[in-house]
Amino acid sequence: MTELKKWYELPIGCSNMEPGSSLNNITAGWRVFMPEIDKNKCTKCRLCWIFCPEGAMELDEEGFTKVNYTYCKGCGICANECPSKAITMKRMEV
Amino acid sequence: MLIEIRWHGRGGQGAVTAAELLASAAIMEGKWAQAFPSFGAERRGAPVQAYTRIDDKPIYDRSFIYEPDVVVVLDQSLLEGDEARNVMSGLKPNGKLIVNTNQEPREVAKKLGYKGEIVVVDATSIAIELIGRPIVNTAMLGAVVKAVKIVELTSILKVLEKRFSGSMVDRNVKAIMRAFEKAVVGVVES
Amino acid sequence: MAHRLALSTNYAVAYAVKNCDVDVIAAYPITPQTSVVEKLSEFVADGELDAEFVPVESEHSALSAVVGASAAGARVFTATASQGLALMHEILFIASGMRLPIVMSIANRTLSMPLNIHNDHQDMMSSRDCGWVQMYVSSAQEAHDTIIQSYRLAERTDILLPVCVCYDGYVLSHTYEPVDVREKSEVLEYVPRVDRPHVLDPDKPITIGVMALPNYTYEFKYQLVDALTKVPKALEEVDKEFDKRFGVSYGLYEEYMTEDAEVLLVALGAVASTAKVAINRLREKGVKAGLFRPRLYRPIPVDLWKRILEKAKALAIVDRAIAFGGVGGPLFTDIATIFANDREKPLMMNFIAGIGGRDVTVNNLIDMVNIAFKALEKGRVEKPCIYYGVRGVDYGGY
Repeated sequence: MTELKKWYELPIGCSNMEPGSSLNNITAGWRVFMPEIDKNKCTKCRLCWIFCPEGAMELDEEGFTKVNYTYCKGCGICANECPSKAITMKRMEV
Repeated sequence: MLIEIRWHGRGGQGAVTAAELLASAAIMEGKWAQAFPSFGAERRGAPVQAYTRIDDKPIYDRSFIYEPDVVVVLDQSLLEGDEARNVMSGLKPNGKLIVNTNQEPREVAKKLGYKGEIVVVDATSIAIELIGRPIVNTAMLGAVVKAVKIVELTSILKVLEKRFSGSMVDRNVKAIMRAFEKAVVGVVES
Repeated sequence: MAHRLALSTNYAVAYAVKNCDVDVIAAYPITPQTSVVEKLSEFVADGELDAEFVPVESEHSALSAVVGASAAGARVFTATASQGLALMHEILFIASGMRLPIVMSIANRTLSMPLNIHNDHQDMMSSRDCGWVQMYVSSAQEAHDTIIQSYRLAERTDILLPVCVCYDGYVLSHTYEPVDVREKSEVLEYVPRVDRPHVLDPDKPITIGVMALPNYTYEFKYQLVDALTKVPKALEEVDKEFDKRFGVSYGLYEEYMTEDAEVLLVALGAVASTAKVAINRLREKGVKAGLFRPRLYRPIPVDLWKRILEKAKALAIVDRAIAFGGVGGPLFTDIATIFANDREKPLMMNFIAGIGGRDVTVNNLIDMVNIAFKALEKGRVEKPCIYYGVRGVDYGGY
């Protein structure tokens, strides 16, 4: 358990001085299911990329969406929104 | 010497501006002055009071003026009925009453039961002739400067030039000079 | 070299803001503040002030716009009064919590109902817990100079707090009097641009205004508590520096004939100015009365106030705001609390006066001092809080 900072150790003005610090929070551990994208069915509509609540969808060199498994929490919204049913949620191996 | 002047007019006649112009002139001469309004309902025609205080040293009193040395009445109708009591309230025994009217000093004083120094000028006619509208404040300023001798006429004229622009300056200057000339100072003993 | 003009306090504030070379002004008109921002919009339109003038649709938006601009590093200004200030209320806490050096002028006006455009202190008093530095002035010159001092105070890296300068609506805001307008080049030397540690900068991205859970929120709020404790000393320094440059000093308070005073009138703003005349008249009659006028109202410099107030036998504390349902007005409550744990303390009487623009005259103030003397004779206060001047109210035997 990290020690909580004292009031004078906090940055001023309710600020967070480290940009992109939310990347420190690895949400992969929350996952029970993980999404798999079938490139044959994907039409590159990018709805999954827009809808991902964790920003864990990225784009690859060909323009297909690609899951960032460091942050994907397995919520299944991408699979739910995909109009081509190109994403399936697979049970993780323990 | 502190002098307290209370202006009575109706909204739109320029009582507040007159109070400010007088104060500005005094400040330009190096005196201390204060000018502020007392608003009731902010609408044309409603009775309005404005105050000017002038002194050689800083003025700290920021309350309304209850015992003026000078009362200036921009609208004769304020001397009728109930409003007359407000207008005359607290005027010092050796004070001056300055009224915009076409009547003689004696007539005005008699109606009010007033004894003392009274100055009259037909500011409405002067304003209509020289400015084109019945905005009497500058004409009344001319009468005040003549009667009270608290600031130089030239200071008022300088302040006017800063406040107004274009033909308005000329017209108002003429109105002040005409009123200064025409104002009649009378003393009603009995 | 200052030049002397006949200005209303509203205009005096506008001139001060212009000479501080602000970057962004966002405001919404409300009587009796409107001519401040009207004058500023004239300055901007005429090219006398190089600033972004943003006319917004409400005071809530005005302060929000100014918060955003300040967070991006701009020097900002807004002005309001009464209902407008009440509408800004939630953003006030945001501005102080985000430690933004915003300067705002308040032309104090009462709060509805009934609808009334005239002067009392209800508006800022109802928001006094917001974490802003609050100063009350009693002349146009003081308002002008205090705005300039406020930028220097607010932008100090050890302070970084929003500041509001309060002055009585109409009584000060619309009153023309002599004002020495400080020269712009000298003002800018006095309030130079300072780099701030936390600004929104695309090249150095940070987050300002985070969400925090119960485990951290109190610590963030305590930072604000701590920052406010540094204000009195900082303001003294700012004031001394102002004196060195402009030859005028105001201090954190004003005291008038307090040394041997048995009864002290305590009041903020314009009433305290009129009170000087009352004290003079009382002293001519041999009455040992004096005046204490706080200038810095939040944070309260407790030790400074106590040192002066404890010398008197009785305090006649004038409040221009009603704290409905409480034990007295805001200033009275503050002072009573300062002495709460002391066995020896002056008698304290609260006079709630000047509500809704009702004039407070020299005679009213003399009366209040006399009532305090009567209480001293009796040795106790029958009715600590007197709603002074209300028709039909009994003063409890005084």
